[in-house]
Amino acid sequence: MKNKKTLRAPVSQKAHIVEKPEDITTIGGTIAIEINEKKVTVPLGTTILEACQQNNIHIPTLCHHPDLCVAGVCRLCVVEVEGMRTLQASCAYPITARMKIKTSTPMVRKARKHILDLLLSEHYGECYSCVRNSKCELQSLSKEYGIEEFTFGHIKEPKHVIDKSSFSVLRDMDKCVLCKRCVRTCIDLQEVGVLEATYKGDETTISTFMDRPLAGVICINCGQCINRCPTGALRANDPSDAIWNSIDDPKKHVVIQTAPSPRAAIGEEFGLEAGHSMTGQLNTALKRIGFDGVFDTNFTADLTIIEEGTELIIRLFKALVNQDPSVSLPQFTSCSPGWVKYLEHFYPEYIDNLSSAKSPQQMFGTLFKTYYAKQKGIDPKDIVSVAVMPCSAKKYECNRPEMNDSGYKDVDYGLTTRELAKMIKEAGIHLPELPKDSFDSPFGDASGAGLIFGATGGVMEAAIRTVVEFVLGVKVEDVFKNANVEVVRGFEGVKYAEIPIGDKVGPVPDLIKHLVPNWDWLKGATLKIAVAHGTANAKKIMEDIKAGGKFSECHFIEFMACPGGCIGGGGQPIPTSPEIRKARAKAIYSEDESLDVRKSHENKHVLRIYEEFLKDGPCGHLSHELLHTHYTKRGKYIA
Amino acid sequence: MENEKTNRVGSVIFSEYERGEAVKKAAEMSREDILGEIKISSLKGRGGAGFPTSTKWMLTAAAKSDEKYVICNADEGEPGTFKDRVLLLEYPKLVFEGMVVAGKTIGAKVGFLYLRGEYEYMLKSLHDYLSEMKQDQLLGKSICGKEGFDFDIQIRLGSGAYICGEETALIESLEGQRGEARNRPPFPVSTGYKNKPTTVNNVETLAAVSQIVTKGGEWYKTYGTNKSSGSKLFSVSGDCKKPGVYELPWGTKISELLKLVEAEKTKAVQVGGASGVCFPKSQFERTLAYEDISTGGSIIIFNESRDMVKVLKNFMEFFVEESCGQCTPCRIGNVKLLEGVEMIEDKTFTFNYINKLKELGKTMQVSSKCGLGQSSPNSFLSILENFSEEIFNGRNGGKHEK
Repeated sequence: MKNKKTLRAPVSQKAHIVEKPEDITTIGGTIAIEINEKKVTVPLGTTILEACQQNNIHIPTLCHHPDLCVAGVCRLCVVEVEGMRTLQASCAYPITARMKIKTSTPMVRKARKHILDLLLSEHYGECYSCVRNSKCELQSLSKEYGIEEFTFGHIKEPKHVIDKSSFSVLRDMDKCVLCKRCVRTCIDLQEVGVLEATYKGDETTISTFMDRPLAGVICINCGQCINRCPTGALRANDPSDAIWNSIDDPKKHVVIQTAPSPRAAIGEEFGLEAGHSMTGQLNTALKRIGFDGVFDTNFTADLTIIEEGTELIIRLFKALVNQDPSVSLPQFTSCSPGWVKYLEHFYPEYIDNLSSAKSPQQMFGTLFKTYYAKQKGIDPKDIVSVAVMPCSAKKYECNRPEMNDSGYKDVDYGLTTRELAKMIKEAGIHLPELPKDSFDSPFGDASGAGLIFGATGGVMEAAIRTVVEFVLGVKVEDVFKNANVEVVRGFEGVKYAEIPIGDKVGPVPDLIKHLVPNWDWLKGATLKIAVAHGTANAKKIMEDIKAGGKFSECHFIEFMACPGGCIGGGGQPIPTSPEIRKARAKAIYSEDESLDVRKSHENKHVLRIYEEFLKDGPCGHLSHELLHTHYTKRGKYIA
Repeated sequence: MENEKTNRVGSVIFSEYERGEAVKKAAEMSREDILGEIKISSLKGRGGAGFPTSTKWMLTAAAKSDEKYVICNADEGEPGTFKDRVLLLEYPKLVFEGMVVAGKTIGAKVGFLYLRGEYEYMLKSLHDYLSEMKQDQLLGKSICGKEGFDFDIQIRLGSGAYICGEETALIESLEGQRGEARNRPPFPVSTGYKNKPTTVNNVETLAAVSQIVTKGGEWYKTYGTNKSSGSKLFSVSGDCKKPGVYELPWGTKISELLKLVEAEKTKAVQVGGASGVCFPKSQFERTLAYEDISTGGSIIIFNESRDMVKVLKNFMEFFVEESCGQCTPCRIGNVKLLEGVEMIEDKTFTFNYINKLKELGKTMQVSSKCGLGQSSPNSFLSILENFSEEIFNGRNGGKHEK
């Protein structure tokens, strides 16, 4: 059980908090208990489940998840406690008194098997036709408990229609086991609140407002519910069949861009532990599969930094020098489509604060069908652009009607890490054994700044690396050791930092010389920045801004919809946990350190684009047309 | 209140009582003294679980908090129970004054009457009664002129879900959320309404409190048995000539009760409503008391004309619908038990499968999240056990009526 200080979900779905003493060596801070006749000492308030896990005693769980508050509803984790008439759910029972626990008595084993039998009796479908085959927790538990027959029968007809309305998330309620992880993810972890149990008794179902299809409610498509669903009840909208068709069509030129987070996680789909970056191997795999061009989304991440950073400078100049009251500050990042939709629904009055710069995925999409098409002499209508993303919301993003600036659908398909792994397996390739290969020209390799976009704080760090050099005229390494901006790294929900500019400023770089005359107006100023990951944390900042708090004084804020940033995205391998996300982030940061170019403005391919194509520079006319976008005030009420 | 009736017969709850007696007496007593009287009386919760009231109050009183709450559980939803309705309609003085006494004892300024949705028709008369109490300084600020003795009562309506009679689900409902039982611990005495210490008492318990405070714990203990003090209200329905609410001392035998209500040719008595246990003739000499048959007071009488399979089916259909649906054993387990009853009805069962269902019932009793699921298999298990001959061989040569 996480000892969360703030509670957000309805009480019935919250962890019950027993304040854990800060210093467990104080008297009364720990408690001696017995588990299976073995004496152990645990901190007061530890749940029975935690106590067992700490002592290497396995307890089966289903509704429990390390990221979520306690539900105590599946009842699989029940144990016997001496002196108690009933079994206790170990995930929900905080130890506050001496107790003797038994985890494998006849009564416990029988209860667990009965509960599994009951769940299976209502679980429609067959494992071999399920997206979660071999990655399903219900399936693993059945194996663990040696289920060989359906003791209490098995449902023969589906009760529900699969909701395929969303570009991102599909809901198949016939596979739902009512563990409420999705509900707790949506209400408590993300504070969006689209899903909730409706009706009661045997008619209980997880549903949306008025039972509407997911596309008709305020779902932000973050897919965090998919990552935590123990079965195949929730899954992403998979475009791989259509992509195969394009690959197999000789008339089509199929290009693919890969984001850094899938590369840091896809190894998990091939049995590797979390934390192995597979960038080179993935390039080889994609070329073998038959993609005609393999590119690095980090390239457009670098481009995003230039565009978004320039936009920030323009906003600051207008606000500070021109005293223009119409300028909206702080500027919010716009590369997380889940966050963008969250803002459009929950804080529509702030859409002007969103950077108009498109996300790296969408910038690349536009470039493929304009610049790249021209370079290669291919008719853009024959280009099929695929984006491998850690994200389910990217599927929605590429289908937004405004994302057609190339004259065609800029990105045809958003593909998740999981779906790409499936395609690679289908092609008979075992990814970890492949040799490494590089990205294709003309975009080539990108900078480490683009790479770290994958972890929370990464966009901010990339921006800082560029802004510091642009404005101060010094090497970022002189300000931040190794160019690692540690203040914005790590998994703290909300991060805040101040960067004093001081009296020394540098010359304005050529790239943006036409936009600002000099940096004198920034002398003595302090750049205030913040970072939030997970929409629950974003909400904290937004509420503070609304109340005129310290975050309203910020200049630039990075928001990511998913906990941990993109590495924890809704398209990433399942399972997820704080440890797994930490390992993925580590892989990204160490890959960054190994690169020669670690700043977006030093990416020579990006600079070449401005020389050859976007000739009127960052935030210029053409880049506004192709690389920037606009947003919609959606609000919470959808007709 | 004009329609207030005081002609019911009973030695404890229905004994003579003048409006305001308990509050006036409590106003002069210390919190410790009130708690002491309740402790002497050995009063236990009358909703069915039988938790000692003084312990519950003591824990709530001892909990550190600037806000505490009293909740009167009037979500009388157990099939076959209607004693709370009688108390609220005819003896609101006992119930509301019991809440005021509870408030003083635990240190709460606000109490809620969580009234069953179906009792909406009482709302006006109850509100009128609360206004009268306020006029008489039995409620509100400075009760009985005592500085700092403040207590207010609000009435909240349920919406018809059986689960909301479970105290933590009731609290969820009171907070405006879906009625679902919470994990325990923590218990409401420390973490209740709005996560503040809360005591949740049954209507009848609070009525008893008023009598105890007025007449003393020792007086109360002169009724009932050694282990079950005082009296109990029984809601009697079914095959008898005089159904209704009866106040009887604890320790009354089932047979004595049957005689009193003029039941004839009785085959079975369901004690405790749908979640209770069904007793056959051979056990009619058992006593209604915490030490033998503990109950919230619902008595449903079935005579020889009744088909026990139909009786059981009715109960199981109730639970399938009224499970809140959050925990697996209750949500799906009850469906399986009902399917088993239908197999018996259709004669498509095997004994092997029925035995598996009995085992499942026992699992539900120990692994469900709250009292609903833990008690829902009671009637299934007891009826199959006590009426197996009729159930499996049929009544009239093998056919069950459909």
